[in-house]
Amino acid sequence: MSSALQQVFAHPVSLKDVQTHFCPGCQHGTIHRLVAEAMDQFGVQDRTIGVASVGCSVFLYGYFDIDVVEAPHGRAPAVATGVKRACPDKFVFTYQGDGDLAAIGTSEIIHAANRGEGMTVFFVNNTTYGMTGGQMAPTTLPSQKTSTSPYGRNVANDGYPIRMAELLAQLEGVAYSARVAVNTPKNVVQAGRVVKQAFETQIQGRGFSFVEVLSACPTNWGMDPLTANARVAEEMIPYFPLATFKDTSAA
Amino acid sequence: MNHEVFMAGFGGQGILLIGNLLAYAAIREGRNTSYFPAYGVEKRGGAATCTVVVADGEVGSPVIGNPGAAILLNPLSMEKYFGRVRSGGLCIVNSSLIEESGESRSDLRVLRLPLNELALEIGDARLLNMIAIGAYAELTGAVSLDALKAALADALPERNHRFIPLNVQAIDLGAAHARAALGAAA
Amino acid sequence: MQKRLLVKGNEAVAMGAIEAGCRFYFGYPITPQSDIPEYISREFPKVGGTFIQAESEIASINMLLGASACGKRAMTSSSSPGISLKQEGISYMAGSELPGLIVNIARSGPGLGGIDASQSDYFQAVKGGGHGGYHTIVLAPHSVQEMYDLTMLAFDLSDRYRVPAMLLGDSVLGQMKEALIPHPYVAPADLPAKDWAVSGKAGRAQRVVKSLYLGDGELEAHNWKLHRKYQEMRERETRCETAGLDDARLLVTAFGVTARIAKTAIRMAREEGLKVGLLRPITLFPFPDKAFADATARAKRVLCFELNTGQMVEDVRLSVSRDADVFFYGRPPGAGSLPTPEELLAQIRKHYKD
Repeated sequence: MSSALQQVFAHPVSLKDVQTHFCPGCQHGTIHRLVAEAMDQFGVQDRTIGVASVGCSVFLYGYFDIDVVEAPHGRAPAVATGVKRACPDKFVFTYQGDGDLAAIGTSEIIHAANRGEGMTVFFVNNTTYGMTGGQMAPTTLPSQKTSTSPYGRNVANDGYPIRMAELLAQLEGVAYSARVAVNTPKNVVQAGRVVKQAFETQIQGRGFSFVEVLSACPTNWGMDPLTANARVAEEMIPYFPLATFKDTSAA
Repeated sequence: MNHEVFMAGFGGQGILLIGNLLAYAAIREGRNTSYFPAYGVEKRGGAATCTVVVADGEVGSPVIGNPGAAILLNPLSMEKYFGRVRSGGLCIVNSSLIEESGESRSDLRVLRLPLNELALEIGDARLLNMIAIGAYAELTGAVSLDALKAALADALPERNHRFIPLNVQAIDLGAAHARAALGAAA
Repeated sequence: MQKRLLVKGNEAVAMGAIEAGCRFYFGYPITPQSDIPEYISREFPKVGGTFIQAESEIASINMLLGASACGKRAMTSSSSPGISLKQEGISYMAGSELPGLIVNIARSGPGLGGIDASQSDYFQAVKGGGHGGYHTIVLAPHSVQEMYDLTMLAFDLSDRYRVPAMLLGDSVLGQMKEALIPHPYVAPADLPAKDWAVSGKAGRAQRVVKSLYLGDGELEAHNWKLHRKYQEMRERETRCETAGLDDARLLVTAFGVTARIAKTAIRMAREEGLKVGLLRPITLFPFPDKAFADATARAKRVLCFELNTGQMVEDVRLSVSRDADVFFYGRPPGAGSLPTPEELLAQIRKHYKD
């Protein structure tokens, strides 16, 4: 009988077997795992170069067992441009939060995407600056209270949350752009599929691929993990719809 | 022997081209040289100046406060730079545009040439710069006329090489006028 | 006979970089250095190089960081305001111990300032420039030939010490043409292998290029390590040109284009019988402090000449023999502000004592 036993669940090889620094209920861990599973499935761990950003995801190299270059805040797409141009046969990805990618790094992400750099970007949108303590982010929802929008985000003063996946889908250089969430088992499975689509886009040399992942930040939202998870469904998904906005392989 | 020449005019008079030409000629003769251009922010029509140093040894400063020679092609340059030419030096003045004013210096050799008219005589107003540099080379011996003519192939873009004979003619004309002026002075 | 070309300073930088094996250039247009990206964008396709005109100076320095992290010789070039924008990335490169060449064809400031030659970026270049207490290697060419030669040297020193290198020129050096004798690049045989570069971890342990050190004592140890490299460079890599030190009563010191002006002024002074010498720093970091100490053990008077209101003079004062007098002559940069040899000669006469 034992020979018929089949392993159906295991720790991804590309992910180190260590404890993370992420808060309870944080979904970075889930997203890390989805990326690592894709890395294993495509067998690219040994030829992957990750580019870490600044924020909660800064310790990328501590969790992924891959080569990593650390980038200044917001600059990961520019650093990854240098990496991918220097090593065009490697799998190159960035992993960035919403302050990093959609505020201080807006210029770098738009132009890397527009050049059609053959990299993959994982964008974790949790509507706040996590590591610095829950300040307002470019993705903070209207009326959402944060430590720098104590009365709620006032769009008359602060402008509107940016929908990056839709915005980037407009650019010619972008081959794949989608938004997913990891708040339910069904959404996690779908997110895993999308992450693999993004990997495939790069591996097939079709251009720039982008996956936005809606993520909970219970600590900075001041919620317990289940309530935070519920907020993803009730508040975030209505504003940030889950969809594939561009996929050149489908054309 | 060190030769320093300061050249000034307005953009379009070909100041930078003859500065370049002189430097290329110096290279062809195995000399050391520096060519330093300075021009206005505007891409067309501003002031154009350059300094060329030709030296047997190491070229020192690429900028010279009181150069040994100057080529001044328009009134504004005359106003600004005539006073700076070193005593005992040479100044070639474009008399087509620069009127003989009260300003004169007895401590200089001043060669006034109607460069615009002379250029028209050989068929193209744009050749006035070549006439000036021909006269300069003849009077100073900074480079030979042959080197200057040979350097046309270096300084002119490929598409303009068909005009080299005309430029050679202009250099010779400048040199001839310089010799005539020398003869007259002697 | 060796081939002698008439070449613009900016183009000599580009030629030197290509000859030294640099195949990655990332930049953004700015006067007066745009000849460099123009030359490279024309020549790189012929040698298989990668040229990217980035969306900003910030992006270009970070692309350089990325390519360098992969172990490639890479460069960027800009001019003063653009170099300010690059400082964040330069600090990260210094912290991450990444080599790379940053060329500053300096213009005048502060702010938008002007496009004329200036040496007002001396402090920024030699004292670190960005945050965090680091140094870049700073080389100061004073001729078109040196724009070529020192570009090659900058790559070598940068690779050897894993410290970003800056070539500090100015708009005169960038725009002037002089004779250049190109020569083949020969890599030093003892350059260390880039066994830190990322390439995917196949067959070895993970490599991480980073400047973040949060563990107990890690950052302190990292800073001491950087400090030791700077000390080693101070011991081994200072370079300067000297002339007339044997009998000099007055020493003129200047770097870059002002050293050219000084050479002519010194020649004029010697013709008047004044015993004047030259000490020209070629490495601004590491600063040739011992050369100053040695020279001023004899010549007790030093005239520092700069195209600013006094920056290098501070390092000169720290380096000279204790009983030497240091004088300064400089002019802030701007249109019509380039001092002449005649002007410096007047200063030499003023400070000279037999």
